[in-house]
Amino acid sequence: MGNSLIIFKRELKSFFDSPMAYVFLVVFALLNGWFFTTTFFLYGQSDLRTLFNIVPLVYLFFVPGITMGLISREKGLGTIEIISTLPIEDRDIVIGKYLSAVALISIALLSTSIHFITLVSFGTSIDYGAVFTGYLGLVLVGAVYASIGIFSSSVTDNQVISFIIGIAIIFVFWLFDKVLVFMPDMLAGIIQYLSVEYHLSNISRGVIDTRNLIYFGSVIGFFLFLTTRLVESRRWS
Amino acid sequence: MIRVENLSKNYGPVKAVRSISFDLDDGQVIGFLGANGAGKSTTLKIMTGYISPTAGNVYYNDHNIQENTSEIQKDIGYLPELNPLYGEMRVHDYLKFISEIRGIPKENFKSSFQKVVEECALNAVAHRTIGNCSKGYKQRIGLAAAMIHDPKILILDEPVSGLDPNQIVEIRQLIRKLGKEKIVIMSSHILQEIQATVDRIIIINEGSIVADGSSDSLLSDTNAKTELSMDVENADENDINDMKAIIPSIDISSISKEGTYTKINIKYPKNNDPRSDIFKYAVDKGWTILEMFATKQNLEDIFRNLTSSNESNNG
Repeated sequence: MGNSLIIFKRELKSFFDSPMAYVFLVVFALLNGWFFTTTFFLYGQSDLRTLFNIVPLVYLFFVPGITMGLISREKGLGTIEIISTLPIEDRDIVIGKYLSAVALISIALLSTSIHFITLVSFGTSIDYGAVFTGYLGLVLVGAVYASIGIFSSSVTDNQVISFIIGIAIIFVFWLFDKVLVFMPDMLAGIIQYLSVEYHLSNISRGVIDTRNLIYFGSVIGFFLFLTTRLVESRRWS
Repeated sequence: MIRVENLSKNYGPVKAVRSISFDLDDGQVIGFLGANGAGKSTTLKIMTGYISPTAGNVYYNDHNIQENTSEIQKDIGYLPELNPLYGEMRVHDYLKFISEIRGIPKENFKSSFQKVVEECALNAVAHRTIGNCSKGYKQRIGLAAAMIHDPKILILDEPVSGLDPNQIVEIRQLIRKLGKEKIVIMSSHILQEIQATVDRIIIINEGSIVADGSSDSLLSDTNAKTELSMDVENADENDINDMKAIIPSIDISSISKEGTYTKINIKYPKNNDPRSDIFKYAVDKGWTILEMFATKQNLEDIFRNLTSSNESNNG
């Protein structure tokens, strides 16, 4: 675990050493700000639901953008050979990198706290519990998407391809909820359970149910496991 | 001690390494020599635990690298062939990152850092961004990263590529110095480099070991041939060709008419010196010898002989 932390620190620093992190943070804040404020005063409702609805959509491009280089760049540059021959498990490399992406997503979410301040300033009878769980939900969804993103990054040594694969997989998870009406009853239950939106909407309502947490945990675990296997697979190529 | 046993590696249908075996002792500098694509880097990558062999094993003091990868990697310093580096990091931060994963205690980092910076002559760039450094500096940054934890074993894949002649001499001296206490394994396709730096040369060709020994022992190999060059006057070409019948150990490799004299090149095995027989034959036939000298085969010839026989089979 100590080694994951070293990798985590290096990756997070590397995000901020390049302009990439700043560009992403600014774009993320602007996009969410635009979508939130255009309707906030129109509806006159004291909640952040518009924000919680729009962020997962912004994630669709934002998260693969953050994660696309995590492993593919190491493969492309050849630095994977350096870190793989250091006394560190592949699992720790993957966890460290993954957590750095989750940290950057969380920092981006922090930038939306300005809307929370707006809400507190103008709103009445605010449901603080729902705001808290709403944010928790967004962190969890970001964490799920980041696990998909790092998996896409381990598939290839090309960052653009990794970005596109990431968007494609995340899009499928996002789509599950939208295609439910077309599904036969038998499948609908399964598809609904797989849908990120379904679990997010439960949490956003202010209910923290272990079933939802287990869902997020297992999807993250599944993709991190696959990523570790893919990183290990270089040995057998 | 390192023991490599019947190591093979296939990349799909390509056999990169074919059942090679050798032992390495402490305090030795070993050079892997071979043409590009001979299997040197693949062998080194397997020895570092980066890739797994298709068959065979590598043991470090009887511990198999496949089973104790992380444990053995603690003792290895590795400089990969293309020397990949994180261009956005500063040299100091990069070496700190490596030393943290290597488990060097924080209080010891400063002294380890200063030591490698001095040995690899990185003072001028210690706080510069790696991406802005010259190729020579980058190569030495890679070397510093491989050495920072004072490993027992150093594996250096083409350590002097990209360096200028002065830097090559410095790195060569450093490698020789390190080789007194450590096992240093280096690869190169440049023969002079290997010859000047290592105690033992392993020549690899098409994935197999074709020669293994010190440069002296390779040169004194009984199969090695010496070439004799003669300039003679009044020599009849038939007489020259008949010489092979009288002195069977020689091979006449070329005969050329150069104005008033004839130039003859003869090859003979090192352990069977025919020079006095050739002299007597020349006297018998009434030739005038203007010049006669033997050129010993150098390592380059040996290398070319060992690696070209297969090439001509394939070609």
